[in-house]
Amino acid sequence: MHEPQDRLDEDRPGEDRLGEGRPDDDLILSVEDLAVHFPMGGGWLGRDRRLLRAVDGVDLKLKRGECLGLVGESGSGKSTVALSILGLLAPTRGRVVVDGQVVTNRPSGDRKALARIVQMVFQDPYASLNPRQTVRRTLEDPLRVHGVTATSEIGDRVATMLRHVGLRPEQAGRYPHEFSGGQRQRIGIARALILNPKIVICDEPVSALDVSIRAQIINLLLELKDTLGLSYIMISHDLGVVEHMSDKVAVMYLGRIVENGDWREIFERPAHPYTQALIAAIPDPLHHAPLATTGGDLPNPLNPPNGCAFSPRCRYAEAVCRGEPGPVLETRADGHAVRCWRADEIAVQATLAATGGG
Amino acid sequence: MKLRANLIIGGALFALAILVGLLAPWLAHTDPVLDANLMNAEEPPSWTWWFGTDDQGRDIYSRVVYGARVSLTVGIVSQLINSVIGVALGLSAGYWGGWWDDVVNGLTNLMLAIPSLIFALAIMAVLGPGLTSLLIALGLTNWSFTCRIARASALSLRSQGYVQAATVLGYGDLRIMITQLLPNMLGPIIVIGTLGMGSAVLSEAALSFLGLGVRPPFPSWGSMLSDARDQITTAPWLSVFPGLAIFLTVLGLNLLGDGLRDILDPQSRSRRS
Amino acid sequence: MTGVPLIEVEDLRIDLDDGSRRVAAAEGISFRIDRGETFGLVGESGCGKSITALALIGLLRQPLSIGSGVIRFEGREIQHLSAAKQRELRGNRIAMIFQEPMTALNPVSPVGRQIAEMFVLHKGKSWREANQLAVEALASVRVPAPERRVKDYPHQLSGGMRQRVMIAIALACGPDLLIADEPTTALDVTVQAEIIELMRNLCAERGTAILMISHDLGLVANVCRRVAVMYAGRIVEERGSADVFRSPSHPYTQGLVASLPRLGSRAALGRTRLKEIAGVVPAITAFPDGCRFNPRCAQATGICRTVAPVADLLEAGGLVRCHHHA
Repeated sequence: MHEPQDRLDEDRPGEDRLGEGRPDDDLILSVEDLAVHFPMGGGWLGRDRRLLRAVDGVDLKLKRGECLGLVGESGSGKSTVALSILGLLAPTRGRVVVDGQVVTNRPSGDRKALARIVQMVFQDPYASLNPRQTVRRTLEDPLRVHGVTATSEIGDRVATMLRHVGLRPEQAGRYPHEFSGGQRQRIGIARALILNPKIVICDEPVSALDVSIRAQIINLLLELKDTLGLSYIMISHDLGVVEHMSDKVAVMYLGRIVENGDWREIFERPAHPYTQALIAAIPDPLHHAPLATTGGDLPNPLNPPNGCAFSPRCRYAEAVCRGEPGPVLETRADGHAVRCWRADEIAVQATLAATGGG
Repeated sequence: MKLRANLIIGGALFALAILVGLLAPWLAHTDPVLDANLMNAEEPPSWTWWFGTDDQGRDIYSRVVYGARVSLTVGIVSQLINSVIGVALGLSAGYWGGWWDDVVNGLTNLMLAIPSLIFALAIMAVLGPGLTSLLIALGLTNWSFTCRIARASALSLRSQGYVQAATVLGYGDLRIMITQLLPNMLGPIIVIGTLGMGSAVLSEAALSFLGLGVRPPFPSWGSMLSDARDQITTAPWLSVFPGLAIFLTVLGLNLLGDGLRDILDPQSRSRRS
Repeated sequence: MTGVPLIEVEDLRIDLDDGSRRVAAAEGISFRIDRGETFGLVGESGCGKSITALALIGLLRQPLSIGSGVIRFEGREIQHLSAAKQRELRGNRIAMIFQEPMTALNPVSPVGRQIAEMFVLHKGKSWREANQLAVEALASVRVPAPERRVKDYPHQLSGGMRQRVMIAIALACGPDLLIADEPTTALDVTVQAEIIELMRNLCAERGTAILMISHDLGLVANVCRRVAVMYAGRIVEERGSADVFRSPSHPYTQGLVASLPRLGSRAALGRTRLKEIAGVVPAITAFPDGCRFNPRCAQATGICRTVAPVADLLEAGGLVRCHHHA
C-alpha cells in the first residue's frame, strides 16, 4: 500500500491551451473573490429588504487531475459556489476562470461552450434521470445538442461511455426505472462525462445510495478521474468520503472559506475550530464516547454574527473574535490557509495538551 | 376494478362516437340534408325510420350520425387548440417565472373570472356563426385549467435533477421544455384535455342551440336540439336522440378522463394501493 | 438486568400484500431489549428495519401486516391488542421519533400545544397545567427561550430545533422505550451530534431504553450497546456494537465495515481501493433463495443458495446467520 503519486505536476503535452504561457498552467479552474448575494424581499417598497450573502468572497483553485473537496453544512454556500462555476448563477462580485477563460459575466449563450468543460454528477439518482427517456436518449441528446451528427460516432461514444461506467451497451434501450440506484448513478456519471468535460462537480454523489453500493461508485469515480484525466470538485458532508477522494480540501462556513489546504493537513492538523468541530462530531464506532458538540444552530445567514461567523458557537472565542473586522484567510507557507484570529494559540494549546496528557 | 370499468366504458363510448362520425356515409340511411321529403314529415321512430323524421321529412338517425362529425370535430379540435395554448403558456410561465409568469397568471385569472361560454358567445358575435368561428371561439376560451396544471407541473419539475442536468449539459430552454418537462406532465394534461372535450361538445350544443353554431341545414347535435325546441311535445324523438348522443359522448369522455386520471396520476394511484 | 425484558420480539414475520400475493418483507426477526438498554437496528433501505419498528409500535398499515410471531412488552403479548389499547401503549410507554420532524409535526399547531397535548391525552392534565409542563419539556431538550418558543409553529424552527421538539413530545410521558428511526439523517453533522447527545443523556437520566434505527453503522455502534444488522428482511448478525466493527462475522457486515471510507484510514494506510460489495440490494419481491446475501457473497457455496442459515451463537457473544461464519 503506497500513497498514490501525484501524477499531476508533470505537464501534459498535446493539450490545447487558451491562455498560453500563463504561469499557472496546471490550473484548470480558479474562483476569485466570488460573491453571490440574493436580495430577500420584505415589507412594502423594500423597506425591510436584506441581503442574503450566500457566498461572500470565496477563492478556490483546482489543479488539473486533482480533486478538491468542498466541505460544509447546509447553508454554507457550497452549492451556490457550484452553481456559479457551472454558470447557472450570475455572481454579484468576483470571477470564475475555467481552463483559462473567464466564464462569469458572459452572455448566457456561452453556457453551451461551458457545458463541454464543466459537468455535474447529481446527488439523487432517482430524480436526476428523466423517467421518460431511455438511457440511450439520455446520452445521445447531449452529443446532438453539441453538434455531433454522425450516427456511428454517436453510437460508438455512447457504447464506450457505458462500458467506462460499468454498464453494458445492450442496456442502453432501457428506462431508468429498470435500474437499481447504483446503476442509475452510473448512468448519471455517464451523462456527465459524455461530452468529455475537464471538470466534474460531484454533488454528494453517494449520499443517496445504499451503503453497500457507495464503495462501487467512489471507486468508479476515482478510476474515471485517472483514466479520463478529469478534475473533480467533490461536495460532500461525509468527511470520510472527502478524505478518501480529495487532494485539497476547502471548508466553508456561512458563505466563506474558513480553512483550505492539503487533505492531510486538514484532516490531521485541522486548524480552524469549526473544522475541528466537524471532525469531532463524527461518531466513533469503536467507543461509546460522547460526540463533541458545538452548541447552537447555524446562525441566520440573513443576520450573521459580528466578527468571526463561527464565534457564537466557538469554544475558543474571545472578545477579538466577536468584534469587527472579522478574521481574514491567512495562508501559511505550506499552503494551509485558516480564517481564525486565534489559530496559532489554539494549535499551541493543542500541542501542550497532547504532550502534557501523554 | 372499478377504475378499469371507467376506462373501458368511457373509451368504448368515445370510440363508438368517433367511429360513427368516420363511417357516417356508410351508416346513414339517407343524405342528412338533401333527402327531405314532406311526405314523410314527423314520422315517429319505426323500422323504416329508426329515430323518426323531422318536420321536413329528413331521417333523424342519419342526421344524428352525420351530426357526430360536427360535434366531435368541435370537441376535439377546439380542445386541441386549448391544450396547445394552455401548455405553451403554462409551461413557459412555470419554467421561466418572472414577469412572464405574472402576465400569464393575470391572463389565466381573467379567463377564469369570465364564464367561458359568455366569452365564446362574444367571440361568436364578432366572427358570426359557422364551424370555423365555433372552433376559434371554443378553442380560445377554455385553456385556463390546462394552463394552471401545466404551470404547476413545470414549477415542480424544473427543480428536478434531470432538468438541472439538462441545463448543465447546455440544452436550450425550448429543448428543455419540450424534451424534459413536457413528457413528464403529459398525464394530467391528457386527463384535463379529455374532460375538456366533453365540455366542448356541450358548449357546441349550447351555442348551436342559441343559433350561433353550425349553420342549418347541415346537422349538428346542438342545432338539431335547437330546431326541435318547438315540437318537444308533439315530436319528442326530435330532441331525445340528439340529446342522447350528446349525453353518451360527454359521459364517455368524462369516464375516460376519470379512468385516465387513475392510471396517469401517480398520486391517486398510490392512494389506492 | 435479568428477568423479563422490556420488549421481546420472537420470530416476527411482516407480510407485504402486493395485490396478488403476500411476500415476507421481514421474517424470523427476534431480539430483546432490556430496560434502559440501547439497541440498534442497522441496514439499507428495504431491509425491513423501519417496518419492524412500526410493528413494535402497532403502526403497520396496509399493505403491511404482522404475519406471525410474538411481540412482548414487559412479558405481555401486544401484537394482537385492540387499537385503543395500542394507542394507550403508544406515546405513554413506547414513543417514536422520525427522520423528518417536519412531516411528523402538525404544521398548523404551535409546538407548545403539540407537547401539551401529550400531557392532556395520556396523563389527564388540564390544559393550563399541560402548557406549563410543555415549557419545561422544551427547556429539558435545551431549546433556548422555551416560554417564547412554545408559541412557534414548526416551520419557524430549524431542522435541529424541530427534532428537539419531537424528542420533547416523545419523552413527555416518560416512556420506557424510545424508538428513533433515522433521527438525524436529515441533519448536519454538528447538529446530529447535538441531537444524539441530547437523546442519549435524557434517556440515560430517565432510564428510557432506545431502539435506534439507521443505515449509519458507525453512528449506531457509537450510540448503542448492541447492534443487529439486517439484510433483505432478516437479521444477519447481532453483536455488541464495538465487536461488529472490530470483528464482524457475517460476510455482509464484513463487507459494510470494509467498504466505508473511514476518517483517518487514508492517512494511516494510504489511499487504497475501497472494498466493494458486488451486485445490488434485492427488491422485497425478489429475495433470493437460501441465504439472501448469497448472490453478492464471495464465500457462497451450494448450501448458501438453497438453505437459509439459522442464527448461530458466537463464542464471543452474539448471533450470526451464516453457513460459513468464522
